[in-house]
Parts: sequence; structure tokens; C-alpha cells
Amino acid sequence: MTAAEIVEKLSANFYQKVGEWHEMKASPYMTRMGSYMDVTDASFIRDICLFLRDEPDLVFNNLMLLSSLDNGDKTFSVVYHLESMTLKHIFALKVTVPEANPIVPSVVSVWNHANWQEREAWDMMGIQFQGHPDLRRILLDEDYPGFPLRKDFKTPEFFRGMKVPY
Amino acid sequence: MPEILERRVISDSTLPIPAKVVSAEVVEPRRLKTEEMILNIGPQHPSTHGVLRLEAILDGEMVVDCVPHLGYLHRCFEKHTEAMTYPQVIPYVDRMDYLAAMNSDHGYALAVERLLGIQVGEKVEFIRILFAELSRIASHLVAVGTYGLDIGAFTPFLFCFRDRETILEMFEKTCGARLLYNYMWVGGLSHDLHPDVLGMCKEFVKVNRATHKEVNNLLTFNKIFVERTANIGVLKPEVAINGGATGPMLRGSGVKWDLRRDDPYSIYDRFEFEIAVGTGMMGQVGDCFDRHWVRMLEWEQSLNIIEQILEKWPHNDTTDVQAAVPKRIKPPVGEIYSRTENPRGELGFYIVSKDGINPWRCKVRSPAFVNLSLLSVISRGYLVADLIAILGSIDIVLGEVDR
Amino acid sequence: MGLLDKLDKPFDSGNILITGVDTLFNWARLSSLWQMGFGLACCAIEMMAASASHYDMMRFGVIPRPSPRQSDIMIISGTVTLKMASRIKILFEQMPDPKYIISMGSCSNCGGPYWEHGYHVLKGVDRVIPVDVYVPGCPPRPEALLEGLMKLQEKVRAQSLARV
Repeated sequence: MTAAEIVEKLSANFYQKVGEWHEMKASPYMTRMGSYMDVTDASFIRDICLFLRDEPDLVFNNLMLLSSLDNGDKTFSVVYHLESMTLKHIFALKVTVPEANPIVPSVVSVWNHANWQEREAWDMMGIQFQGHPDLRRILLDEDYPGFPLRKDFKTPEFFRGMKVPY
Repeated sequence: MPEILERRVISDSTLPIPAKVVSAEVVEPRRLKTEEMILNIGPQHPSTHGVLRLEAILDGEMVVDCVPHLGYLHRCFEKHTEAMTYPQVIPYVDRMDYLAAMNSDHGYALAVERLLGIQVGEKVEFIRILFAELSRIASHLVAVGTYGLDIGAFTPFLFCFRDRETILEMFEKTCGARLLYNYMWVGGLSHDLHPDVLGMCKEFVKVNRATHKEVNNLLTFNKIFVERTANIGVLKPEVAINGGATGPMLRGSGVKWDLRRDDPYSIYDRFEFEIAVGTGMMGQVGDCFDRHWVRMLEWEQSLNIIEQILEKWPHNDTTDVQAAVPKRIKPPVGEIYSRTENPRGELGFYIVSKDGINPWRCKVRSPAFVNLSLLSVISRGYLVADLIAILGSIDIVLGEVDR
Repeated sequence: MGLLDKLDKPFDSGNILITGVDTLFNWARLSSLWQMGFGLACCAIEMMAASASHYDMMRFGVIPRPSPRQSDIMIISGTVTLKMASRIKILFEQMPDPKYIISMGSCSNCGGPYWEHGYHVLKGVDRVIPVDVYVPGCPPRPEALLEGLMKLQEKVRAQSLARV
């Protein structure tokens, strides 16, 4: 199925919950691999993902990547890149949440791959995933101050008695 | 097999909590159990392929659960990409997967070229593919050699490193570095191919085929090795796909998925090669032996590809390798997810550019990170020594896992 | 090989060697510096290549041992992160005296390429443990590591038993 057909199907099934389709026009590869669809209602992301995985002519059985993004204007985004290994099509979704309340439902029950990716998004960006079985920091120490990949992060001077800056 | 126990949760109360929390997650603390023992296979261990900490919960000698703890080599790659310009990121990409640095360079350079929409010349493509396949062989040599070392076989390690020295010599003649190259630039290469390399390559293919046979006889079909790796760590194909596994881990479970065939990039569509899958030759489909066997077959297929590259080489092409390198790399506003086939799996780069000379965000999909997340799933019910065998068959590189 | 010549006439010259205690102990120590197998990152691959047959570190008496309690030197090869620093300190304290540290590579010397924006990188392992020899490079060639080893051997040759 082409991206346009998938967009139509999603808009039909999830009427107000999905937003526009942003198409990257700079090059054909970017159109195929960079375009994404906005999800306006963040609490429906798990249902949308279940639909994408289980529908017989969509079959998105592979979550390629789940990334967190700091948009710079006090909002965070979570981007899902999906792929169907059986039907060979590619799709992407983007959810945006405000910085004051960054909570997104977890999609661990849909793809197990999301388990560690969401833990990393929590670790680096501070986005909380509701329904995650084990949301704790994965790369940094539990008592590390702050979330490093936010744009307003300042490197701590001392951490456990060690001087951090050069 | 015993039931799965509740996971213990370290409380996050010292972390900054956002102002409004819609619903709190309530998890029961773990009650004190006296039947199992927690064994810490610590960050310093000869068999953990780097600094990885495994917390193995054992019932006697049997592994009930295995929790990997990462982050001991977290080197802040993604923060560096936001501060450096697009070409300056390439040395950092090298240092992530340091065993297959040419493949990682290729992946990143291709990602930025796709973002810019530029195409490199024929000669550059040929050199890139030659070095990518040589790097794939070098990485599999280390994987196979250290796997033998984990199981207890010392000699294949020495044979593999002896051949690796020839590959590193070829790289060193061309770009001056043995391990971390900064060779594949956005739009071209940093140096032209050294004139000796093609001849060395031809010789190398002959010698390496003999080593391949030798390692097969010494290690792969060795009775002790087979008994230690067959029927261990079985990964079912549905679990693998759902868990996001790629590379030899996925192909060892019987799924025929290789990005060089299914989403071809560079000039891979001009060469003929077979995709190796695990067939349960010595045990079940998807066990450790299958993953090792897939790597051995891929090594052989890479040698075939190199022979075809040498046959089809464009000897009369004398264009400059830096002809297509742009003067200023300032991509248009947009985002892209670009992927290539690393020796460990699918290496992906999600780059967001917001009209500047630095990337706004560059997230890496590292294959070793994703493959390692399946360790706790496939190691339940086996013995401690099998845990080491399973970890070796996943073939992780901690620089990539922790970034 | 003076000693071996005299072995067939054992009581003739007496098998007596005259040397200083320092020289004897230092010679014994520098010829068998057992290494703790501890590789962190990319430099660990060059350390493995140095132990492999092309460059062969074992001919200097450097055998890799898995445990810190049985080793004389620890080659810190690779980036030291804040999470790992406390573990390195524990490993250092577990090694028995006399112990020596070789800091291999730019990352453990001074933070390496991650010096500016690394929020989780320790800028040099000498912020937690005392280092004897620094080997520069990113990664240093196996020959450079062998030269660092020889510098360490010179240092051991010059040390005094009273102050080790």
C-alpha cells in the first residue's frame, strides 16, 4: 500500500485522533523515509499502533525506531518509525506532548522492541510512558541530575565527588 | 521451568517529577525469596565483550532471569551530534561500533547524502562497497574469534586476528588509520585508494578462504563447540521480529531479511550473493549454533562479493574522490530515517535538520542495543555457562549499545 | 647464561650470583608483569591485537589474568565514564602491591574526543586513580602500547624496594 492509502485508512478509522500528513519533498528517499503523520490525541497512540499491527492489509510487525525529540518550543515529540516486513511498506507517526506534562502511553504491549527504547527516552529526555512494566533509567545512574538531551540541560559540576567538566 | 518472578523496581523518587502526573504506577516491592541467588557478572569480566553488567538470578546453576545493566560506556554521542557540524560527526560515529567502523561511516554518510539528495560517483561507490565488505569480514573475524575464546578455544582467536591484520594494513595504506578511520565523508572519501590495495585484496581473498575452512574445521564442527552451542538460547522468529532483532540474530532464526537485498543501497543490487539463514543444522532453528553458522556463511558470501567487485572494478575511472563533497553542508529543513546493514544488524540514523550546520537531533538505532534486549528472553532456563555462550552469540559491541 | 654453564660442575664455583637486592627484585618484577584483562572500548581491540600473534605482548612476560587479585598491571584502555569510575577505583584497590597503571588512549588520558560535551565522561582516569604511564593515540598502535610497556619496565627498573 502506498503512504497515501495508509493515511486515508488511518484518518477514516481514527477520525479526530490523527492530524496531518507531513510529506518531505526534498528528495525521493526523504519522501519515503522521512514523512510522518501527526497524532493529535496522545492517549490513543496504543490503539493506533495495535490497529497498524493487526490489520491484515497493513501488518506493521516491525517497530524500526522509537525516538524522542525536543522541539525547542517547550514541547517534546515521540516519533515511531514502523515497517511491515511482509508487505514491505513504511510509515511514521509523531506524537507531541507539552514539557510540563510529558506523558505518553507505552506501546510495549504492541512491540516488545519498545521496552528498552522507551526506557532510553525516559532516561535522556524525561518523557514518562504510562503502562511500561519497568520504567527506570537505562544508560545513566539512577541519581544522575537532570535529563541530558533536553536543550536546556547544563552539565553538572560535580557528580559523586568527581569533577565533570574539563 | 520456574515461573517468572516479579521484577524489583528501584524507586525514582529522587528524579524531578513533572508537575501533574495523571496516574501513578504502583508496583509491589519484591518479597525476600530464599531459593535463588543473585550472581553479579560484573562490568569487569573477560567474557562480557566490554563493560556490561549482567545480574543473573540463579536457582542453583540454572538461570531464572538475567537483567543486563548498561551505561558503563555511555559517551554522550547524541549530545555531541547537536554541537558538531555534519562532517565533524563522522569520527564519533566510528567510535560507536569500533569493530565495523567503515560500515558505520558508510551508514552515516549515506544518511546525510540522502538528506541532501546528492549522489556520489561510480568509483566512490565501488571503493565504499569494497571497504564495507572488508570491514564486515573484519568484524566477523573478531566475533568468531572471541566467541571461540568465550567457549574455551584459544587458537581460532589467533588465526582470526592474523587475517585481520592484513585487512587493517589495507585500510592503513589508504587512509592512515588501523581501527578508526574517518574515511567515508559526506559526498565522497577522504583519500583515494592506494594503488597496492587491489593486488593485496586479491591475495587476501585466497588466503582468507583457507582460513575460513580452517576455522570451520577447528571451531564450528568441533564436538565440544557443537555440544555447547546447539539447542542453547533458542530465539523463535515471531519473538525476534516483535523484539526488533536484526542481522545474524534474526537470520539465525530462519527469517530471510537482509537490507542489502530488501532495501538496497549503494550498488549492492549489481552483485549476486545469497542470504544465509539458520536451518537448525545441529539443533533447533534459532539456537546459538545457527547464529554462529550464519556469521560463517556471511563471511564466505562477503568474500564472493569482493571477488565480483574486483572483476567489475572501473579501472579507467579517474575522477576525484572528493568531487561530490559539498562546500557547505546545510541540509533543507526536514527529517529522515536512513538505514544500512551493519555486521550486527540494521544500523539506522534518524536525523532531524532545522536549517543549520549542526543536526538538530541525530538518534541512532543501534543493532547491538536492540539485540541485547532479547538476552533476558532467550536465556531463561539454561545454565550459567550457557549464559556466556548465549551472550557471545549475540555479538555485542558496547560502544554501540551504550553510544 | 652464566649460571647454566656451571650446572654440570655444581660445587666448583658454587652457583653464587652477586647483585643488588633491588636489581634482582626489579628484574623479576618487570619481566613478568601480569596484566588484568580489562578493556573498555576501542583501545581494547588494539590491546587484543597487541596480545595476538602479530605483535605478541606475551613475549614480554605480560599474561592476561582474569582477576585483579592476581595481576600486577592494569591497562585502562578506553573511555572511563562516571558510572564506571567507582568500579575502576574498586578494582584498583583490589590489586595487591606493587601495582602499576598504564593509561592507554586519549580517552583515559584526558577525556579524548569527548572532552567538550561529554556529560558522562570522566576527563582522564587520573582523576580517580594514580597513573604511571600514559600512552597517547586514538587508538594507539600496538607498537605504541609496547613502547608504553617498556617505559613502565624502565620505571620498575629504577624503583627502590624500600619505597615501593
